[in-house]
Amino acid sequence: MKSIKELEAIRERALKEMSIRNNENKTRIVVGMATCGIAAGARQVMNAFVEELNKRNIHTVNVAMTGCIGVCRYEPIAEVIEPNGEKTTYVKLDAEKARRIVAEHIVNGKPVMEFTIGAAEK
Amino acid sequence: MIYRSHVLICAGTGCTASKSIEIAESLQKLLVEHGLDKEVKIVKTGCFGLCEKGPIMVIYPEGATYCKVSVEDVPEIVEEHLVKGRIVKRLLLGDKEAEDVAKSLENVGFFNRQMRVALRNCGVINPENIEEYIARDGYKALAKVLTEMTPQEVIETIKKSGLRGRGGAGFPTGLKWQFAAQSQADQKYVCCNADEGDPGAFMDRSVLEGDPHSVLEAMTIAGYAIGANQGYIYVRAEYPIAVQRLRIAIDQAREYGLLGKNIFGTDFSFDIDLRLGAGAFVCGEETALMTSIEGKRGEPRTRPPFPAVKGLFEKPTLLNNVETYANIPVIINNGPEWFASIGTEKSKGTKVFAVGGKINNTGLVEIPMGTTLREVIYDIGGGIPNGKKFKAAQTGGPSGGCIPASHIDTPIDYDSLTELGSMMGSGGLIIMDEDNCMVDIAKFFLEFTVDESCGKCPPCRIGTKRMLEILEKITQGKGEESDIEKLETLANSIKKSALCGLGQTAPNPILSTLRYFRDEYIAHVKDKKCPAGVCKALVQYVILADKCRGCTLCAKKCPVGAIGGEVKKPHTIDASKCIKCGVCMESCKFAAIVTQ
Repeated sequence: MKSIKELEAIRERALKEMSIRNNENKTRIVVGMATCGIAAGARQVMNAFVEELNKRNIHTVNVAMTGCIGVCRYEPIAEVIEPNGEKTTYVKLDAEKARRIVAEHIVNGKPVMEFTIGAAEK
Repeated sequence: MIYRSHVLICAGTGCTASKSIEIAESLQKLLVEHGLDKEVKIVKTGCFGLCEKGPIMVIYPEGATYCKVSVEDVPEIVEEHLVKGRIVKRLLLGDKEAEDVAKSLENVGFFNRQMRVALRNCGVINPENIEEYIARDGYKALAKVLTEMTPQEVIETIKKSGLRGRGGAGFPTGLKWQFAAQSQADQKYVCCNADEGDPGAFMDRSVLEGDPHSVLEAMTIAGYAIGANQGYIYVRAEYPIAVQRLRIAIDQAREYGLLGKNIFGTDFSFDIDLRLGAGAFVCGEETALMTSIEGKRGEPRTRPPFPAVKGLFEKPTLLNNVETYANIPVIINNGPEWFASIGTEKSKGTKVFAVGGKINNTGLVEIPMGTTLREVIYDIGGGIPNGKKFKAAQTGGPSGGCIPASHIDTPIDYDSLTELGSMMGSGGLIIMDEDNCMVDIAKFFLEFTVDESCGKCPPCRIGTKRMLEILEKITQGKGEESDIEKLETLANSIKKSALCGLGQTAPNPILSTLRYFRDEYIAHVKDKKCPAGVCKALVQYVILADKCRGCTLCAKKCPVGAIGGEVKKPHTIDASKCIKCGVCMESCKFAAIVTQ
């Protein structure tokens, strides 16, 4: 170790890897991973979320799994839950849609209305 | 590599003994089978503190805390939690119906009243990965000290924090550093006392197992402050996991240039080596410890000269305990004012206790100084099992004393405990209930010191043995009234005349039980009764005729055939045959057998 900068770089890198262990004030993306969700491709969706967040260096968002939400016909389903409790439910997702949600909703703060359950119900 | 989930498994000594390593291995195998090994990371951590409920497993991002996990539970955890995201509620800690499992760890009474400073990383990071320590501000204090502070500024910071030695005696740490810094010599040493020997104490072990780098960082800071370039950690060989993690930590620190030459590009160089103790209790005494590091028989010597003047290899030496060191980096990072704001007027910061004995949540707790014993026992410890009454708490192990129930609201700090005739000690806290005999407890600790006395000075070698003989006499019902006075005289003279801390403190368990439970001694000597029913020679098992249904169960269980009687009629115990094993009392379904 020759400089504080070097230490700081290691700290940043390790902190990113460990950010998952901190739940405070974080947005959560919860992916439905019951049998119905998995059969419809929820695993690829979840991995797409994880990869895209990582690619964009976003560590204020945790990706979690949950069970069956009850509307199996809309699987894969994911919900974005913000620290203030506001919830957006996205349905019939795939990897590509997941990446768009990260870009538009997480990064720019604009929910992707066309993927929401409201849009699907119309 | 980014994982979507981290599974933290406690790999401290307690949980390892209940198979946490096998759990981790079986989890790893199942993750591969389910194709999840690239998504889920297993992190083996140090002690979470709740050893009673171990093995402990915490799964993030949910933060779900599972307790008493067995190898058989692993498939369900993988299939339900890791594949489908469903929390396995039956394994959850605390309120199983809690909606907000994400915060379950912090929400349990055991955790939310604690304040974790020395244990800040235990159960949080992987102790075998230096980068996780760095992520939690590790080595930041060392960087600050080496690049921004003079050695004297470091010492002033420690002085200002009010930190006192956590090994038991409570000497102001900053002052100790000052003395070592003032000594002039061509070579100085920094030593760490990790020879934790009090029965039932495992605070230092847990810090070494869960956060070894905090000790390495602090010793390096100390080296800079006093002008030493070599450190030694004296750790018991009976702590294999701690030794292994320390080895890994030292290797990693060297690899990252945090130990060795020109740390952070400065002129300062420092290295640390391990020395393993062979298990002699006396080697926890500072002069004996240093003699042992030198490769000689571990025996204490007279002080002065104090180690700060003439210590290891006759050079000025700074010796602190593991927990003391673990506080140092935090004090540097958060400032001495922050540390001094925690605790009481003369005892700053927090203290780690290994809580054991008659308590529901056996384990490791860290509390701000000044917390009352009541809070530790009832709010954190979950109370006494089986609704029994709290009788006394023993602190300081064989060197300490007891605090009776009448003082349960005493704030725990150095001075109030000393005032009560006990001591802070290194942190062993043994809870006793109405079934414990205080004479027997004093005898237990004295047996320990008699075994562990090194034999160098007669007061300790001969005196403790004589005291033990008197105690044995009393517990066997052969005590005379003059014995109590003899004990007191002997205890006080050993206290004054023994060479080192071991002998000087050995009479404490006797003196303190005599102070608070003299009536129990008198009952043993005068009435030939043991009020708690522990001392076998003074106990008689009898069957209450009005409660006995004559089921014959006790007669069948009695190993010596001392119980007789007709079926469906009250039985009797033949006292001349009875060996007082207590099997009859345990087996009786009608509570008809009692001790008198």
